[in-house]
Amino acid sequence: MRSSPALSVSPVMEGQRASLGLKASAGFALLFLHFPILIIILYAFTTEESSFQFPPPGLTTRWVSELFNRTDFWNAFGLSVLVALVATAVALVLGTLLSLALYRSSFFGKESITLLVILPIALPGIVTGIALRSGMSLTGLSFSFWTIVIGHATFCIVTVYNNVIARLRRTGYSQIEASMDLGATSFETFRYIILPNIATALLAGGMLAFALSFDEVIVTTFTAGQQETLPIWIFSQLTRPRDRPVTNVAALFVMATTFIPILLAYRFTNDSQGR
Amino acid sequence: MTGDASSRPSWWRRVAIYLYQRPNLSLVLLLALPLLWLAVFYLGALVSLLIQSFFKLDGFTGRIVRQFGLETYQQLFTAANMDVVYRTVIMAAVVSVACAVLAFPLAYFMARYASYRVRGILYLAVLIPLWSSYLVRVYTWKIILAQEGIITWFFNVLGLKPVLDAILAIPLIGGSSLSFSFIGMFLVFVYIWLPYMILPINAALERVPKSLIEASSDLGGRPNYTFWRVILPLTVPGIIAGSIFTFSLTLGDYIIPSVIGNSSFFIGRAVFAQQGTAGNIPLAAAFTVVPMVIMGVYLVVAKRLGAFDAL
Repeated sequence: MRSSPALSVSPVMEGQRASLGLKASAGFALLFLHFPILIIILYAFTTEESSFQFPPPGLTTRWVSELFNRTDFWNAFGLSVLVALVATAVALVLGTLLSLALYRSSFFGKESITLLVILPIALPGIVTGIALRSGMSLTGLSFSFWTIVIGHATFCIVTVYNNVIARLRRTGYSQIEASMDLGATSFETFRYIILPNIATALLAGGMLAFALSFDEVIVTTFTAGQQETLPIWIFSQLTRPRDRPVTNVAALFVMATTFIPILLAYRFTNDSQGR
Repeated sequence: MTGDASSRPSWWRRVAIYLYQRPNLSLVLLLALPLLWLAVFYLGALVSLLIQSFFKLDGFTGRIVRQFGLETYQQLFTAANMDVVYRTVIMAAVVSVACAVLAFPLAYFMARYASYRVRGILYLAVLIPLWSSYLVRVYTWKIILAQEGIITWFFNVLGLKPVLDAILAIPLIGGSSLSFSFIGMFLVFVYIWLPYMILPINAALERVPKSLIEASSDLGGRPNYTFWRVILPLTVPGIIAGSIFTFSLTLGDYIIPSVIGNSSFFIGRAVFAQQGTAGNIPLAAAFTVVPMVIMGVYLVVAKRLGAFDAL
């Protein structure tokens, strides 16, 4: 369940200092989380062509231009962007509808519905993947762009749903009541009251959904057929040692492109927390 | 806005009023589209998967016999296949424990000692690896663990090469290099799932009321005692919540075991191979029932232990 956590303010122990052991082990965990990212930056510029030799014998930017000329990479990149955009759009609509329906109502089966929303991402990816594949093969649906989108949108709904429902709960119902009291219809209330309130939550949920879809490989391998999304391209590169330097640059490039939506999503969720 | 409303066709307003007077109908309309999507594409797919696990592959013709039976499950419970299950479950358990041990100090520091500003930075530092490309991060470890890579270099510089060789010489978990051993695979699993453990532990720690900690020290509990008897027990639901992710994700992953390690099968890879090259979709389906059952039991236990409140 990759949901953005809410920053809750808890008491910081004033006047107390962390022990050296605690600082060291916390620092170790941080280092462990981040040194691989430094490694990928370094190896994108190594002159070594066939092995993962450390330290690199020299540095070069030659692989960057080589990647630039690889049409297979750019085709995969384009397909991934397109899939992520459409899947995000579907997830935004479905996730918003769900959160509007569920945030203030209680009825029999509500728990089951929330479980159903979470399930595609809570169950191991391989289960979701093979379930979709067997479902598609049973119904005779042939693999296409749309089968990838169906899979991605299904597990992206939860990120939008989580963000929007959290925002709706914080917004409070009085504004909506006031709008209705002043004669606005439900549609007008949605357009002028609810939508502005949930706008940044939609953006954040959308960004996370985009990042999730852009990066997904496990479910995609089951629903893509012969098509290559960017993660599938990278996965196939791993078994091609001759292409290693180009793969390194591609890895850095993918890392950098997913940074932006993550940082933006983080800003959108946190800005609203300060309100 | 009045002009806006009056220029609208009046049926629009009538629809709004009609729906407003029927909250149940509005609810159904709101739910219809998303539920239809999830029911058709997801639930339908899951059910069809379950049904297929009761079919069987005809060994002679290589075709799937659409007849209800338990033969496929008999096949699943053979020793070779159960080895795959045990291997996966043990890996998932070890990875979860290691993640908890590694995550706790960082989560604890974030929750109790970091200033508001530092805490924000640390959050981002945990979220960025969580959200950045999974495949690229796995690939990075291929680079790190390679025989000629940075870890070997590091041991060489420290003059500890024999230690690394000794570790790799351990039967079962060792291998020709870290990249082809269970130790390497274990490291990658821990690295990839670590953020999923840090966040719930941190959330649980932040919810420990300050008053309880003060009460404990007022009553003479030394910081160590307070930690072991008050803070840690209150954090257990968070640790279990985190382990739900690390456990489930390890059970279902097939990328890491196919990139790192000695190509022995884990549940994910077995499913992939059965449905792909072997064309035995019934057995693949039966294999996926294993993580579903394990996670089902795990979730029930976790719920009893209060882990869901920590999510």
